[in-house]
Amino acid sequence: MIAYLRQYGTLLGLLVIVVFFAVQLPGTFLTARNLINVSQQISMLAVVAFAMTVVMVMNDFDLSVGSTASLAGVVAAVLFAQGFPVWVGVSAALGIGLAGGVLNGVLVAWLGILPFVATLGTLTVFSGLAFFISGGATIFGRDIPKPFADFSRQGIPLDWLGLAEVKLPLLTVVAGLVLLIVWVLLEHTSYGRRLYAIGGNIEAAHLAGVRVRRLRLSAFAVTGFGAAVAGLMYASRVASANPTQGAGLMLDAIAAVFLGMTMGKEGEPRVLATLVGVLILGILDNGLTQMQVDSYVREMLVGSIVIAAVATSSLGRRG
Amino acid sequence: MTDGLEFRGLTKRYGSVTVLSNVSLHLRPGRVHGLMGENGAGKSTLIKLIAGVVPPDAMTLRKDGHEVALTSPADAAAAGFRIIHQELNLVPQLSVAENILLGQPLPRRFGVLVDWPELARRATAALAELGVDKIDVWQQAGALGLGDRMLVKIAAALVGHEGDVAPCLYVLDEPTAALAAAEAEKLFSVIARLKARGAAVLYVSHRLNEVMRLCDDVTVLRNGQSVMTAEVRQTSRAEIILQMTGRDVAEGYPVRGARFLGGEVCRAVAVRTPKLRDLDFILHPGEILGICGLDGAGQTEVLQLFLGLERPKSGQVLLQTAPAPRSPAEAWARGVAYVPRERRSEGLMMRMGTRPNALLPHHAGFWARLAPERARANELSGRVGLKSAGPEQSVWRLSGGNQQKVVFARALACNPRLLLLDEPTRGVDVGAKFEIYNLMRDLADQGCTILLASSDLPEILGMADRILVLQQGRQSAILDPGGMGPNDLLHALYPAMEVS
Repeated sequence: MIAYLRQYGTLLGLLVIVVFFAVQLPGTFLTARNLINVSQQISMLAVVAFAMTVVMVMNDFDLSVGSTASLAGVVAAVLFAQGFPVWVGVSAALGIGLAGGVLNGVLVAWLGILPFVATLGTLTVFSGLAFFISGGATIFGRDIPKPFADFSRQGIPLDWLGLAEVKLPLLTVVAGLVLLIVWVLLEHTSYGRRLYAIGGNIEAAHLAGVRVRRLRLSAFAVTGFGAAVAGLMYASRVASANPTQGAGLMLDAIAAVFLGMTMGKEGEPRVLATLVGVLILGILDNGLTQMQVDSYVREMLVGSIVIAAVATSSLGRRG
Repeated sequence: MTDGLEFRGLTKRYGSVTVLSNVSLHLRPGRVHGLMGENGAGKSTLIKLIAGVVPPDAMTLRKDGHEVALTSPADAAAAGFRIIHQELNLVPQLSVAENILLGQPLPRRFGVLVDWPELARRATAALAELGVDKIDVWQQAGALGLGDRMLVKIAAALVGHEGDVAPCLYVLDEPTAALAAAEAEKLFSVIARLKARGAAVLYVSHRLNEVMRLCDDVTVLRNGQSVMTAEVRQTSRAEIILQMTGRDVAEGYPVRGARFLGGEVCRAVAVRTPKLRDLDFILHPGEILGICGLDGAGQTEVLQLFLGLERPKSGQVLLQTAPAPRSPAEAWARGVAYVPRERRSEGLMMRMGTRPNALLPHHAGFWARLAPERARANELSGRVGLKSAGPEQSVWRLSGGNQQKVVFARALACNPRLLLLDEPTRGVDVGAKFEIYNLMRDLADQGCTILLASSDLPEILGMADRILVLQQGRQSAILDPGGMGPNDLLHALYPAMEVS
């Protein structure tokens, strides 16, 4: 009973939050339009958090995801500004995310630098690079091609669900696809099994024939790629790119994974649990904004909730 | 009035499971009391109750006839108990001296600065009491070998807090598990000294030989109950084994099947590495090569030659006439299976189940499907005689013997042609030990070649077809175990000059 409560406490917390806002904000919170809106608001965070889950499964960390996202957005925008077509900008941005991830992987897996230190370093480098490339300015307006900016304003009609007035935003669809891919990768492939084994005991995994270095490198590459996807989504949504716009994503993504980890049987990250973490953070943000709670208060509240959830879960585990 | 320590009615339940039921123990000053039992018999729980780290459901303690409260580690320390736990928990970054005096107020100068010379003096004195003078107290503890670490831990338990009650009870939990024969001897002389000072010693061990030799009394636990307490003089090995297992296990090793088939599985030719010299042998299918030596003589490194973790500087290492694997991944793929020395740190993902642990090296292809994996894990569990609550139960919940069976399940799953075993029965109870010997024998009879590194000399003599003796990394002999006794083998481990 207590074990169940511990494991599903976080899910219960999500329900409590939903019920709370439903009562406090009758007629505006639990509407199709608002929920669809939430799904679009959280889609970038969700993609970064899902990608982060991949490295955290191995007990690693990637602090550079936020600046990778910014860098990807800026790279795409600069290429757009120079007249390159959309596909070139997008590919270059994804490529730079992948390359950044590979760099993290080399530092961590081949040079043996602690992930915290290595990715703290690359965070600063990528962020500096983003400022350097953009000249520190925001790239917007006519420089951003219309098809690129329009992507985030389109959606799949939902008339067949009886919801004529709203559409399922493409950004939400992208987040859903990333979730599906990461879930399949982690839960249904030999690759995922090996990543979890590395997280369980890296030395034992190595001695049992897991190619630890290669796998760690590839997982960091996946995370860098995911961060770049999120950076592009962000740039499309605000139809502009500046070198700091991804900065907030990293801490929230880690918080979401930690919230999710409270639901693991032995405290391991699972991507579906990360989704619950993302929903908690996203819904809190949406609801509190609607209740016109000050954003600083919101931050304090979010931080406290993360600590409370993790503390409860580790207390429950001790027995 | 009785003297010594009388524990009565020790009982501990976890939920609905009774792990210790109404056990009584009388520990008399100046006597060594052996505590034996298979894994899961309740030994660890009993130690935890005595140490005050786990609250008992029932227990009374009388010290020299007076009742004493025992509800916390502080109570245990105040009563004069010194507990040396099985796990080697030193702080690797700190010096030996700091580790020895860990948990005590450090000697000070001017009230704030640490008095380093005094610290070193006290640590050196504690080690000297063990008859150890080769360990530098300023060395980082992480740089020590396993045996030395154990000695440091024991030294740490020996130093008393100032103004403390004189120690009246030492509890040693599997103290020789990590020690080579020579170091174990040192420990035995320390125990003799403690005993002579009038302290009681509770000696917990799987090793029957040690208990028979060291202990005055012995208590056997089975399924949480005390099934036997006797003076060692008045009992026998067979009796103790019978009481531990509840069944009659002949203290013998499984009989060899057919002799080796022809052919060659692996070969070392004049191998030299930074840690090994003069290694030269050829192994055939179905052969078991025992590898022994003093602690750190290079046993593990010989195994690592075939895992790609140790590369020869000169000479050749061959697996099936091809160059040896260059990485563990390649080794497993070529039919080499490995059971590492440290089950917890090198063998298992402790917080994961039997399924992921046993199948880890054997994932093939892109997709992984849960149902067939579970079926495979169940089948392997059956083959090794694993007792668990299913393939998803986290292995940290299993007993030491069952954990080792999970590691064996992993090795068996690939039908290995070369099996590398490093101390495969360390910290494993008698019953599981013989099951493991049977598994080894079956594999060998099917043509699997086994390298068995072990500090348990009877085990080497009982299982090996040939014995590789290492002295400081040098292959000093390859012996035929026929007609040898543990003493003969022990002599062979020491460099020639020391024998005389």
